[in-house]
Amino acid sequence: MDRREWPLWEVFIRSRNGLDHKHCGSLHAPDARLALQSARDVYTRRQEGTSIWVVRAEHIVASDPDAKAELFDPAADKIYRHPTFYVLPDDVNHM
Amino acid sequence: MYTQAMDIAAARGEDPAPGQVTDAGYQAEFDAKIDRGDFIEPKDWMPEAYRRTLVRQISQHAHSEIVGMLPEGNWIGRAPTLERKAILLAKVQDEGGHGLYLYAAAETLGVSRDTLVEALHAGRAKYSSIFNYPTLTWADVGVIGWLVDGAAIMNQIPLCRCSYGPYARAMIRVCREESFHQRQGYDLLLAMMSGTAAQRDMVQDAVNRWWWPALMMFGPHDAQSLNSGDSTRWGIKRITNDELRQKFVDATIPQAKLLGVTVPDPDLRWNEARGAHDVGAIDWDEFWSVVNGNGPCNQERLAARIRAWEEGAWVREAAMAHAAKSEARAAGGR
Repeated sequence: MDRREWPLWEVFIRSRNGLDHKHCGSLHAPDARLALQSARDVYTRRQEGTSIWVVRAEHIVASDPDAKAELFDPAADKIYRHPTFYVLPDDVNHM
Repeated sequence: MYTQAMDIAAARGEDPAPGQVTDAGYQAEFDAKIDRGDFIEPKDWMPEAYRRTLVRQISQHAHSEIVGMLPEGNWIGRAPTLERKAILLAKVQDEGGHGLYLYAAAETLGVSRDTLVEALHAGRAKYSSIFNYPTLTWADVGVIGWLVDGAAIMNQIPLCRCSYGPYARAMIRVCREESFHQRQGYDLLLAMMSGTAAQRDMVQDAVNRWWWPALMMFGPHDAQSLNSGDSTRWGIKRITNDELRQKFVDATIPQAKLLGVTVPDPDLRWNEARGAHDVGAIDWDEFWSVVNGNGPCNQERLAARIRAWEEGAWVREAAMAHAAKSEARAAGGR
């Protein structure tokens, strides 16, 4: 007898063509086929999607919240990466 | 659907003492985030008491959605028309979905689904006491939609802004779907009120039975709601029980008038000075009696959940065995 809990899957839905798949939640399922079926039942009851991805939660590699500063702060002082950093003459400022 | 004030267990002293803060730096960062109105996400550091409060509240909310399928499920086979049956099926399916969104949100706090379900079945976790009342007639289905889902919406809208990201996101999805629940209930009642005298009596009888339990869904008066302090400070609870109850009454009384029913409260008055309705005394003895397991349907509801869990065990096991076998075959181990 297998008393393990069904594995956890993360669900991503493309709401319509032209848009990215977006994370919308998670669910438990024994295999990929049932994960897709359940995702359809749980997350698209009102035409919220045209395409579903399911991924085993354990296969997702996430950044460490404690590393937030070293990962993301360096971008804060590089304002020259943004177009608004450059003030051009009025005649060409729409560039 | 849902829920009543979720702070009951703590208010009753059933919750263990808050954990010790081990790292003042983390705590300061957490407090600053809360003060700024930022969201807390699953992998962020959080005080143990915050985590525990959320696990209790979100899981009780999830249990309420699942147990809440039972009173209405009772009427699926006896809906008066195919259209009403399709609507009720969709609603009950939504409640199941809401339970799943919420279990998933609770699991992000590092607790397994099975642990939560076991706590319900062992009686350690509560669900909303409203579901311990029986659904005696078809009018009850309408009144549950109108009053019970209406009260739930009042309770749930502020939770869309709660500080824990996964809970807030789940609540946004729930609230988006819940509006249909209330409207179909009112629509059903309007149809019955345009029917025979017996049908109108049925509606009034259902309102008489559900009115007070619906008001109790908002939980004890603020003065008795001991755990609200922490929940408020942490941005989990945004509006007090009494404020929400007042909003619900003020929104509902005009709807009752339009429907042509009265609520069973001889002390109900419009208070011109407050610009709000005054409400008669709530029977809190009944409330605590139902919370503590002595409502009309407590045993039946819990027994139905346990039976479904136990009778479904072989399906869960077989599905896992099938998945393991298929995986082994695909790997060439046939």
